Amino acid sequence: MAKVLMKGNEAIALAAIKGGVDAFYGYPITPQNEVPEYLSKHLLANGKVFLQAESEVSAINMVYGAAGAGKRVMTSSSSPGIALKQEGISYITAAELPCLIVSVMRGGPGLGSIQPSQGDYYQATRGGGNGDYHLIVFAPESIQETIDTIKESFDIADYYRNPVMVLVDGLIGQMMESVDFDRPKKERFVPEKDWATNGTKNHPGRRNIANSLYLDPAELEQHNIKLHQKYEVIKKNETKFELIDFDNPEYVIVAYGTMARICRSAIEMLKNEGIEVGMIRPITLFPYPEKAFEQIPENVKGILTCELSMGQMLDDVLIANNGKHKVGFFGRAGGMLPDPEEIVGAIKNFNERVVK
Amino acid sequence: MEAKNIKVAGFGGQGVMMFGQILAYSATKDEINGLWFPSYGPETRGGTANCSVIVSDKQINSPVFKNADHLVAFNAPSLEKFKDHVAKNGLILYNSSLIEDEFSQDGSTVVGVPINDIATELGNDKVANMVMMGAYLELTHLFSDETIEAIIKKFLGERKAHLLDVNKKAIQSGKDFVKKLGVKYA
Amino acid sequence: MWEVKYEKSQGLTDSKLSYCPGCAHGIIHKLVAESLVELGILDRSIAIASVGCSVFSYQFFNCDAQQAPHGRACALATGVKRVLPDNIVFTYQGDGDLASIGIAETIHAANRGENITVIFINNAIYGMTGGQMAPTSLIGQKTTTSQDGRTQKNHGNPIKISEMFATIEGVAYLERVAAYDPKHVLNAKKAIKKAFQYQMENRGFTMVEVVSTCPVNWGMKPVDAMKWSKEAMEPVYPLGVFKDKGRE
Repeated sequence: MAKVLMKGNEAIALAAIKGGVDAFYGYPITPQNEVPEYLSKHLLANGKVFLQAESEVSAINMVYGAAGAGKRVMTSSSSPGIALKQEGISYITAAELPCLIVSVMRGGPGLGSIQPSQGDYYQATRGGGNGDYHLIVFAPESIQETIDTIKESFDIADYYRNPVMVLVDGLIGQMMESVDFDRPKKERFVPEKDWATNGTKNHPGRRNIANSLYLDPAELEQHNIKLHQKYEVIKKNETKFELIDFDNPEYVIVAYGTMARICRSAIEMLKNEGIEVGMIRPITLFPYPEKAFEQIPENVKGILTCELSMGQMLDDVLIANNGKHKVGFFGRAGGMLPDPEEIVGAIKNFNERVVK
Repeated sequence: MEAKNIKVAGFGGQGVMMFGQILAYSATKDEINGLWFPSYGPETRGGTANCSVIVSDKQINSPVFKNADHLVAFNAPSLEKFKDHVAKNGLILYNSSLIEDEFSQDGSTVVGVPINDIATELGNDKVANMVMMGAYLELTHLFSDETIEAIIKKFLGERKAHLLDVNKKAIQSGKDFVKKLGVKYA
Repeated sequence: MWEVKYEKSQGLTDSKLSYCPGCAHGIIHKLVAESLVELGILDRSIAIASVGCSVFSYQFFNCDAQQAPHGRACALATGVKRVLPDNIVFTYQGDGDLASIGIAETIHAANRGENITVIFINNAIYGMTGGQMAPTSLIGQKTTTSQDGRTQKNHGNPIKISEMFATIEGVAYLERVAAYDPKHVLNAKKAIKKAFQYQMENRGFTMVEVVSTCPVNWGMKPVDAMKWSKEAMEPVYPLGVFKDKGRE
């Protein structure tokens, strides 16, 4: 198929359909409304489930129910809405149910703004729900990469029995780009859902239960260890990143999503001025690509972390760097987007940006 | 084709967003890359609605740019807001129906087109943005008439198919106006 | 010759019930289980357990089950039922779960006419957490968070769920029953069975409110608790059919 021009949010919706989504449960919030709008038309027209819930809290719990029933199910929301979903996300993860959660970030904290932001890095990677759990978090940088990720996300979620979060900012949701929906998808083994709560007649002799309650501490510890071991496997298998212009960089930028694209242009501008800058672009935020940092040459002058927030991924950069190189930070927040020239300036004045 | 950063700005209702989208759709149809993004929410209040468009035959990197290669200003506040963010050797196209004082800027090719007056002459005020499109294409030669016509057809749909002719006339009038001025840009 | 006159319902597992002596949960579990078996729907039923004393009900009903976050049972039930419309989906919720933290989920499920069944246990107190005031606690009722008795001024009046839900279009069947004597237990069984019957017929949202007991947290002997549910609760929560679309 030839490329089509499509708005990010609509592309998310269509990619989910291509990925085999059976049901969507959500609640309106800007800037992701085109996701449910598109799905409301196209899911119902194809005999699938679309339901606008009474709240984000309810929507994520409907996701729990349908995921437990063994279906491919998703929700989408934006920052304050994702905050409300944290309770359900913790339960779903604890009950080891697969689903897709799309988070289209806007400025925060609180009601914040509706402009693009990356202020929910902690929310996505550290979680606001209770307990030791992780989502598999993808942070694509373009609508094309978002489509490719979402098409694959149900396979990944089903394989690990864990929610996948696709984390983009409002710009990716609101902009339009030329995209191709028919790029080949990675073939993955998708196990049968013999654990689904779909009635004992479908699995005689065994009751299937979706549950996160373990009152016996020893039993709960075993459950936590099991989850932890799963996350270790996910770290090994699913960590994804891109190295850009890594031949002989003077500086290394670390950026994800829209910010990475802005930095790509800055890197070109710097190259034209004779300054070689490379970039680590994390594609998964959990697992975080700590391994990529081992490939940073010894002699780089520093690592500049660039974010649309006040320094959240910076924590992971500092952990991965482990004191080896100087680390600097550049951030814009609240919905403000820097132009590439600002990144150029930040690299040129790196020493002013070093994190003490 | 080298990447072109295009800023389109005006009052809400002047067809600014559509103008930008037509360019991004045309790029996609011509099998190069198009990117469009709108200013949205409260920032669109108080004078200007604007969108950014990038067309390129290479992968598009930053969706955000500081300086536009082309600025298309549909009203005075938009020209005022974005004139200092035009790249060297850039193009500024403005609506001289609403911006009466002649405008010029060093280092830029500046062309004023009375798009509302021309549209009124054509008997349909709503095609003013297509007059601007004609002038823009005559100066930049970014897309062929066939490409643009196919995209406009898609925008009009069946319900407004009868408006195709007046839109085509508007584009032609914009082109004719620029030809008559004798300005060349690309 | 031996003849089996009575046996535990196949709708219940062999797990030992976790409920306190004298609590009516056990009776109501039995009624639900018997109804599922008698209607032949046990093997396609999915129970949604809530948070509160009935948090473990997923261990007791002999069918598939999900354990919901506090108050969200009707949201889970909606999620399941929408993707498995041919299965039978029911929630089993207490008054704190349904009438307080889960009131929005419950009202909207009812308003959408979700084809699910809600078994609502009203015992006017939070049992699991140790006897705190419930939205359905009576005026003057002493609890650990209303130690001098619930007052209208401070806490408002007890919330009347069946009266409120009777006004909702999507509700197909709604009855308030009690469990304090054999006659009322039999009637409760009839109501529960009818609610499931209606779900099988795709009629919409069905709910049975059971006026129940909590001898431990009420500080009463089981017999006195049964008496209190009749004499103190029933006047506030009158029994009866509040809505029956089958009769309209």
